[in-house]
Amino acid sequence: MINGRVHRFGDNIDTDAIVPVHAANLVDPAALGKHCMENIDPDFINRVKPGDIIVASRNFGCGSSREIAPWSIKGAGISCVIAETFARIFFRNAINIALPVMVCPEAAASTEEGDRLEVDMVSGRICNITKDRVFDAAPYPEFVQELISCGGLVAYTRKRIT
Amino acid sequence: MEYNVKFAHNIENRHFCVKRFPPNLMTLCPPLFWLDISPELFVIIPGWSILPFNLCITINRRCDTKGDSMNLAEKILAAHAGKTSVEPGQFLSVKVDLVMTTDATALISVQQFEKMGGRKVFDPQKVVFIMDHFTPCRNIESAEVVKKLRAFANEQKLVWYDVGQAGICHTLLPEQGLVLPGDVLVGGDSHTTTAGAVGAFATGMGSTDIASAMATGDTWMVVPPSIKFSYHGRLKEWVGGKDLILHTIGKIGVDGASYAAMEFGGEVIDSLSMDGRFTMANMAIEAGGKAGLFPVDEKTLQYVKDRAKKPFTPYASDPDAVYESRFDFEVSDLEPQVAFPHSPANSRPVQEFQNIEIDQAVIGSCTNGRLEDLRAAGRVLAGQKVHSRVRCIVVPGTREIYLDAVREGLVETFIEAGAVVSTPTCGPCPGGHMGVIGAGEKAISSTNRNFIGRMGSPQAEIYLANPAVAAASAVTGFITHPKEVAGS
Repeated sequence: MINGRVHRFGDNIDTDAIVPVHAANLVDPAALGKHCMENIDPDFINRVKPGDIIVASRNFGCGSSREIAPWSIKGAGISCVIAETFARIFFRNAINIALPVMVCPEAAASTEEGDRLEVDMVSGRICNITKDRVFDAAPYPEFVQELISCGGLVAYTRKRIT
Repeated sequence: MEYNVKFAHNIENRHFCVKRFPPNLMTLCPPLFWLDISPELFVIIPGWSILPFNLCITINRRCDTKGDSMNLAEKILAAHAGKTSVEPGQFLSVKVDLVMTTDATALISVQQFEKMGGRKVFDPQKVVFIMDHFTPCRNIESAEVVKKLRAFANEQKLVWYDVGQAGICHTLLPEQGLVLPGDVLVGGDSHTTTAGAVGAFATGMGSTDIASAMATGDTWMVVPPSIKFSYHGRLKEWVGGKDLILHTIGKIGVDGASYAAMEFGGEVIDSLSMDGRFTMANMAIEAGGKAGLFPVDEKTLQYVKDRAKKPFTPYASDPDAVYESRFDFEVSDLEPQVAFPHSPANSRPVQEFQNIEIDQAVIGSCTNGRLEDLRAAGRVLAGQKVHSRVRCIVVPGTREIYLDAVREGLVETFIEAGAVVSTPTCGPCPGGHMGVIGAGEKAISSTNRNFIGRMGSPQAEIYLANPAVAAASAVTGFITHPKEVAGS
């Protein structure tokens, strides 16, 4: 069960916004996390606490295929990203590296900065404790569930090739 | 199959689309009235295009005609998954013909490959590492990254392109015949869609996906719905692939083709050059597209003929292939497009940009660093001088393009005009090096993204345009239509 405070973002948060390209030679998640959202919200990294949740509107993670984007969110201590919709490559990357991501337009629409959410990744239930409301995220496709239950793509492929 | 609720929306005069929604969306989009016609008939309803308001028509038609008919994306994926027929939404394990990655994302792939227990890549001839983003290395960190990648490539005997042979990956792959019609290409860079111009299914993925494909030679994919984009009329002077794709993204938005395969066609595409097609396929990702595909025609075959180093199988969409939606654009009046900060969807005719003073003009990138682009810029810059306030940076996409530009005298034209010509690299486009911009500065750029901070400072502004517009703006110091500098 994930429990955290919300940082609210809008539409089309792109990968250059999530992590600037000058950090692109870094590979350590914690180091990448220090640059998270730097281009659009330089104070974000000072406000964020481990376990916090990002809630965004449409097309979160559009742009580059750079996996450093979800790594930097993970490295910043974010426990889960909930959005109305995700860009395709970002969504795949997040699943692959086991950063929990959920598609839930209703939850996104009615959640504000600073709200406290409780998220059950197994059932897909999202409780907005501050507003006393409950939402159900879209279930993952079966194949993606299998990937997640393996612990991400590294573990899944390891099982296949070794 | 029970589906086919169609939704149509009059975007503006002469632009219309037909969109298929699953039945459960019917409640969200109730029909104004019912028609039982095919979408092909539907788009020629007289008067439709001049309606002054948005109109919804819902067409409910039992669509059991799909049968074995498939579009281009479906055919390529079916062939690579060992299926005779596939349909959108289906999960597939797809064999890949080529796995490509670059210095920007490959190190994480190598680390993940090792964590997966990978010892040897599935086929060293089908894994390509291209050093293009921050090379020749911009700093110690990037030098250390490339050193590690070089060691890995040597040990695995991969196909390796380093400074001297390398070019911008998406320009280099088709040029060197490494990606061919009918291929499936996965690349560790979002602009991998570029290779769709030769009729390949090419898509970008993150480092872990690339690591897995390197290890196994396959990848999981969901068959995307396809959207058909058709362009009609005749393009004006100074208007090309860049303007078509900026206009398209402006109409459908940065998530207008999310998760979908964009298939381009129409008589304008038939007469568009290969370089123009590469530009359009390149920016499919800027509309959220999973791939951007072009039909294989005489031009494609001519292009690949002397480059192909292996046999290939071109595929074509069936005449009755099913598309999620169709967009038709009449583009005879289209002007060169400029996308203002901070979204590629902010495209407007260049004439609407008055008195925008620029500090830098960039001509290059995987979008517009090909010979045709350099020729267009050269035509504008010949006998002209770059404005004293402006830095004009030209980046040929590959060594071959660079050499052609030297032989044609283009490099001389650029240098005499006061531009600089860089070695092939992604350079300033992703804010790496070779022309990063500072706070408050404005750049006009033939690249693909004008996101906040993309080219350097988050306080800078990027305007996207075709290479001729960038060159003309370099001369006047303001965003300018090329005809004002070079005539028509």
